[in-house]
Amino acid sequence: MTVAAEGGAARVRPPGPISRIKQSYNKHWYAWAMVAPVVLVLIVLVLVPLVRGIYLTFTDATSDNVGRTIGVNHIPDTFKWVGFDHYQEILSGGDGQFWPHFVWTIVWTVVCVTLHYSIGLSLAMMLNRKLRGRTFYRVVLILPWAVPTFVTVFSWRLILADDGGILNSALGALHLPEPGWLSDTFWQRVAAIGVNTWVGVPFMMLSLLGGLQSVPAELYEAAEMDGATPWQRFRHITLPSLRSVSSTVILLGTIWTFNQFVVIFLLFGATGGEDAQILITWAYRLGFGQMPRDYAGSATYGVLVLSMLLVFATFYRRWQARGEQGGLR
Amino acid sequence: MSSATYEDRNEKKKAGGTMAATTAARPTAAETKHLRRGERSKGASVLLHGGLIIASFVAAFPVLWIAWISLGPDKNDFLHPGGIAKKMSLSNYSFVLQHTDFLTWFGNSLIVALGTTLLGVFIAASAGYAVSRMRFPGHRQLMWTFLVTQMFPIAILIVPLYNILAKLDLLDTYWALILAYCTTAVPYCAWLLKGYFDTIPMEIDEAGRVDGLTPFGTFYRLILPLARPGLAVAAFYTFLTAWAEVAFASTFMLSSDKYTLAVGLQTYISEHDTQWDLMAATSVLIALPASVFFYLVQRHLVSGLSAGASKS
Repeated sequence: MTVAAEGGAARVRPPGPISRIKQSYNKHWYAWAMVAPVVLVLIVLVLVPLVRGIYLTFTDATSDNVGRTIGVNHIPDTFKWVGFDHYQEILSGGDGQFWPHFVWTIVWTVVCVTLHYSIGLSLAMMLNRKLRGRTFYRVVLILPWAVPTFVTVFSWRLILADDGGILNSALGALHLPEPGWLSDTFWQRVAAIGVNTWVGVPFMMLSLLGGLQSVPAELYEAAEMDGATPWQRFRHITLPSLRSVSSTVILLGTIWTFNQFVVIFLLFGATGGEDAQILITWAYRLGFGQMPRDYAGSATYGVLVLSMLLVFATFYRRWQARGEQGGLR
Repeated sequence: MSSATYEDRNEKKKAGGTMAATTAARPTAAETKHLRRGERSKGASVLLHGGLIIASFVAAFPVLWIAWISLGPDKNDFLHPGGIAKKMSLSNYSFVLQHTDFLTWFGNSLIVALGTTLLGVFIAASAGYAVSRMRFPGHRQLMWTFLVTQMFPIAILIVPLYNILAKLDLLDTYWALILAYCTTAVPYCAWLLKGYFDTIPMEIDEAGRVDGLTPFGTFYRLILPLARPGLAVAAFYTFLTAWAEVAFASTFMLSSDKYTLAVGLQTYISEHDTQWDLMAATSVLIALPASVFFYLVQRHLVSGLSAGASKS
């Protein structure tokens, strides 16, 4: 009797912090065991480098003064703390590079994601119709994603070559102007957007195709009975049904395009196309493409890029959540 | 489970399609004038196929183009692509296979890509399952962390990562790349797989628990087999990420017998003058395994991707 009563009383009493942790552990240790590998990898290889990278932005680290080991000799670090100097210089436009690259990066991202989404959606809608050879079209249309980007970008370099590239030869044969795709700043940018669009469409197309296939056909039938035009059906059924898929792929697409490294890096080589570089390739060039390597400057660019994306993602998700509760948790 | 519903729907669509076709084939006065619901006019069909043919051409052209260039035996044949037809040969391929380190690089890439795929998909799946099924403290933050990890510019990570790998004595080893690639591929795959697991009914887990399986047992024996399409997409994504990555590979692999293909290919550019013919042949050889892998999983891509995107 007394034992039972005591047990009952203990159960009613709110648990202390230690027993709460213990309960939480008992209840959730399976879950924690399953996420532990990811968390471990992310901490060691993402969080620690990130903290170290942020630390570097407050120093004047270059490849000359960072500690390194040559054979058996170890040279210690000699860089020193400089506080916010890098941020101040970069954001005030002192290095003459940040703001031009920033503007171009924004243009690049907006144009590329718009093209990715609109072309991807049109192709997905075409593939979603009943038609002969659908599998064939689908397989061919995914090729730009399936073949490694560093291979196809070389192919694009051959196609776009200023002298004797197939594109300019074709334009010449039609008596059209032959722009310097790989040498002229404006056309370099056009070429970069074109190639990146080509690379990015298949992912959007496939994701949206999956979304389209889950829209119940009855909705379209009902709308058609009510006399809705194709445009009305697209506007009021297709787009709202794709809402959650769209918001995810647009968010991911924006992040990936903002950080798209391979296309620009390989299209213009390690040293060319200075004005067509986006922030991320420019940061890589600061850190690895010159001597001495400016580790601190490169890391500062990296931190700025990361903060911009964080701000964007936070606002984007809040805006999506306001539009539709639980659309993208 | 979800793949079954997709297949079912496709089957239904196909069945509906053939039925519509047979009824449409019967020539009746009413039908020649008015189109039935779901049918297209001739013009619309032509437009639809025309659009898809143009898109397919644009999608395939660069791939076919480099394959074509690779058949030209001379270094400058890319300038006169028309001339290749007359002197087509596989000499570039035999040169690449016999006189370069291609096979070594190929082996390295294969080890790294398969290693990343195995390790990455495994840890992404278990994390995705935990986030999908268990409401543990921190699961929301974990999802947010996965998203944030996608934003990490390599420029900020690459130097510190280099130092850490040097301290762990992993530089110039396969592990350096496998682990580095896991950091980029795993968060996205965990996100994707979480969405996929969400489409598998909870009742299956419950049934497993009733039959005396542990949560791990439920995961391995019941859920993983059901999630095969999702896993295929995750594997495809991880493999491609690892197969095609350039920046980490060119920074962490120091000796030429550890180069991956992405790094090796660049030596054709830097050494001597650019050897486009050899590069083209190598490119084709690189593209082949990725395409084969892609062909094997393409059936699952649509359902796997959309489940990941819509439910996460």
